[in-house]
Amino acid sequence: MKRVITCISCPKGCRLEIEADGKAFVSVSGNKCPRGAEYARRETEAPLRVLTTCVLTRGLDIKMLPVRTSGPIPLERLAEAAAAVRRLTVTTPVKAGAVVAADLLGLGVDLVACRRAGKP
Amino acid sequence: MRRELVIVGGGPAGMAAALAARAAGVRDVLLLERDSCLGGILNQCIHPGFGLHYFKQELTGPEYAGRFADLVRQDPGIEVSLNSFVSKLDGSLELSYLRPGALVDVKAGAVILATGCRERTREMITIPGMRPAGVFPAGLAQKMVNIEGWLPGTEAVIAGSGDIGLIMARRLTLEGVKVKAVVEIKPEPSGLARNVAQCLDDFGIPLYLRHRISFIHGADRVSKVTVSRVAENGSDEPGSSFDIACDTVLVSVGLIPENELLEMAGGAVDRRNNTPVSAGVNLTSVPGLFACGNAFKVYDLADSVTADSALAGRLAAEYLGASPSPEEPV
Repeated sequence: MKRVITCISCPKGCRLEIEADGKAFVSVSGNKCPRGAEYARRETEAPLRVLTTCVLTRGLDIKMLPVRTSGPIPLERLAEAAAAVRRLTVTTPVKAGAVVAADLLGLGVDLVACRRAGKP
Repeated sequence: MRRELVIVGGGPAGMAAALAARAAGVRDVLLLERDSCLGGILNQCIHPGFGLHYFKQELTGPEYAGRFADLVRQDPGIEVSLNSFVSKLDGSLELSYLRPGALVDVKAGAVILATGCRERTREMITIPGMRPAGVFPAGLAQKMVNIEGWLPGTEAVIAGSGDIGLIMARRLTLEGVKVKAVVEIKPEPSGLARNVAQCLDDFGIPLYLRHRISFIHGADRVSKVTVSRVAENGSDEPGSSFDIACDTVLVSVGLIPENELLEMAGGAVDRRNNTPVSAGVNLTSVPGLFACGNAFKVYDLADSVTADSALAGRLAAEYLGASPSPEEPV
């Protein structure tokens, strides 16, 4: 079965034509670099996305701490993971890159601060 | 007070210009930022997609800004003044800025304007209808959600498919807001194809191309919008209209360079898009006054802003007659 998707690996946004048998990847055309081929394969087997969102802080110099997952997580669990992050609060200063929550929802990735937050 | 180079704006453009000017031999840089931290609009762009060109690595906006902010802060030749708003600039490069507790007058050898953009609003595309609360420029909504921690509403329709609108469709969805549609008057999306894929398609958000919001309803708060299909001649196709119930409308219809200071200094501004009338990249019509980043033209990528703004730093250094000195590591 043929499927056409847009590659999200970079701003070029190549139009990928994927040949697949259900979740079994067969071939891809339209990609201008090897990352596109890898994206097409992964997108066919199990789509993954990095989650970026914010965590509420209390007693720090910024109200919302931007965070990201340390690696991509299954697309279908993105909403669930974002909801879990909404229940968190950061109350102590963190450096950029610090782990805010380890092994988020048992997905094997950490939630990492994207900027520092200090005392006001 | 005399300063060699004054840069207005501490976002990606201003920081890149400051670092490049130093590398080109400028000894004294004053970087003025009106917010309480460096980074500019990148601080609210918490999504990934930055740095692929410049760092060969995908970063979020705050991470991308943080890398430059660290370099700026480590440089003893750059003085960063936060909470500092430039209120006056004239053609002889005399300027005044307000910071908490003081109004400071400066005579600059050269000035770089890295003041970025502001958003086009509902009024500028004239969406008909009532004037209820709940209509926000998409970037303002982004600031509310990502910086202030407020949600603008519970059910949203987005007018225009610019990148900020697409990014906000995903952002609001992840925060539990129901995004019901993105409505674009043109036959193709204005934002990047990858943002249509990862911000709309991933979440099943419908994109109505060749459609427009033809009426915003609501007494105190938005209650619904009417959406109509736009015919080839630009008018609404009869019988094509339908209503979408919502309490929030985000408007994502482009950016306008912020160039009031350039005008104040007597510089020529192109009225069509508010960009400096210029003989070349980063130049203005005023000698010694440069503009870079989104104040010069609206860029799609922060990486391109960084690259072009570094040129502004070098142009200013050249204008000042600076040359890189071997004993001063930069």
